[in-house]
Amino acid sequence: LVNRAAIRFCCAKRYGITAALERPESACIEAAPRYVVDNEAMRPVAVVAVGKTPFGAFPDRGLLSLAVEAGGNCLGNARLLPAQVQSFYLGNFAGPSFAGQNHLAPYVSMALGIRDVPSTRIEAACASGGSAFFHAWAEVAAGIQDVVMVVGVEKMTSQPTPRVSEILAGAGDCSGEMRAGNTFASLFAMIARRHMHMFGTRREHLAAVAVKNHANGALNPMAHMRKVITIEQALNGKPIADPLTLYDCSLVSDGAAAVILAPLERAAEFTDKPVRVLGVAQASDYVALERKEDITTFPAVRRAAAQAYRMAGVEAAEIQLAELHDCFTIAEIVATEDLGFAKRGEGGPYAFAGCTALGGARPVNAGGGLKSKGHPVGATGVAQICDLVMQLRGEAGAIQVPRHSLGLAQNLGGSGATAVVSILGAV
Amino acid sequence: MRTGVVYTETVIYSAPEAFMKDAPYQTVIVSLNGGGRVTGRVIGERVAIDERVAEVAERDGVPYFRKALA
Repeated sequence: LVNRAAIRFCCAKRYGITAALERPESACIEAAPRYVVDNEAMRPVAVVAVGKTPFGAFPDRGLLSLAVEAGGNCLGNARLLPAQVQSFYLGNFAGPSFAGQNHLAPYVSMALGIRDVPSTRIEAACASGGSAFFHAWAEVAAGIQDVVMVVGVEKMTSQPTPRVSEILAGAGDCSGEMRAGNTFASLFAMIARRHMHMFGTRREHLAAVAVKNHANGALNPMAHMRKVITIEQALNGKPIADPLTLYDCSLVSDGAAAVILAPLERAAEFTDKPVRVLGVAQASDYVALERKEDITTFPAVRRAAAQAYRMAGVEAAEIQLAELHDCFTIAEIVATEDLGFAKRGEGGPYAFAGCTALGGARPVNAGGGLKSKGHPVGATGVAQICDLVMQLRGEAGAIQVPRHSLGLAQNLGGSGATAVVSILGAV
Repeated sequence: MRTGVVYTETVIYSAPEAFMKDAPYQTVIVSLNGGGRVTGRVIGERVAIDERVAEVAERDGVPYFRKALA
């Protein structure tokens, strides 16, 4: 059986996914996706369970306690026992630095009662959770395992802010940009400056994203900061890195999220409300911002999106709601452009016009996003999937969007060196 | 020393632990006249996108730029 699964995986890799030619450096923006996925070789996959902790600052909670709570909630969300989980992935960025603990995957899975199985930690900066989800999906789609669990977790608030900035800076190029004194806020501030210079994007456009995400977060009982803010407050916030103020930056949070994946054909065994994974892709780019030809777009997001759209057989215009990686307000604006929701350079006015609001044409970050819901780094990509699943099931309560059969999640690592795009659909 | 044009810049107020004593300070990505880009710090007057700068020092592998005279 093991051999058959291994052979199937090799075949899927060899024939199902064929590497295309290297893209030329200069043609990165509109380049064709690097991989062409043959859907026939892949099993349809469903999310059969989700579970989270609230996000926030929890001085009395450790990494393990958060991960176990989310994992336990997730197992309780399906007709599933821990012993049925056949493989485990942990999305975590910096547990060793934040919490002083390494070897985290079996540390968490054993505590959940998931014994003996492969247990693997994935680190891809702020896209650790999304990447863990991608790898879990690949394992199910390729037929290696049937029931695979993903937990994302980060415990961040036990460190003072300057130390948090330093740990996060490890996701940048530590021999160059970070040695010059940059932080992630300053890298995204430089992206914002260039975007403003090229397209006339204004600080009011950035502030509109913050105001919208705070308004959404205020409705979300699981959010870290449930506080409505005004445009004036956002514009006059404490300066962090020009032109970004405190209100342009996501939060430093503790929290965890979990999902369980299974083949669609077996989903009914575990849940009455499966959600189909229609497309998912991961792509990468340079870690150092200075190496990118144009910092106002993320080629890795464009590549992952092109592949996920193709796999799902849908176009950007069809997506009804999205969870986007608003680590900084400018990142949500660029994401709406890279994903094809707004035209290039028009992400600012698109947000300012209210298109992405809860009552807008295509709600973005209905639960408040990283800005207001919170950003426990390793948990974020998994939490995006959880929130999308809740929306697609129609179980999102006060933050439920009206049209909810097709949703997209976009998870970004560093200043764009890792991107994961997932498209989920109601069954 | 290298010269170039400011590709983008920011002034940092909230600095990481190791640089707190310097804040606020300006960092830049400079498009070098010989090609390529480099990330560095700015000394003296603040600079804006498209302004010309010249490298005046290098410390700990980090280039320091100053606004170039017209």
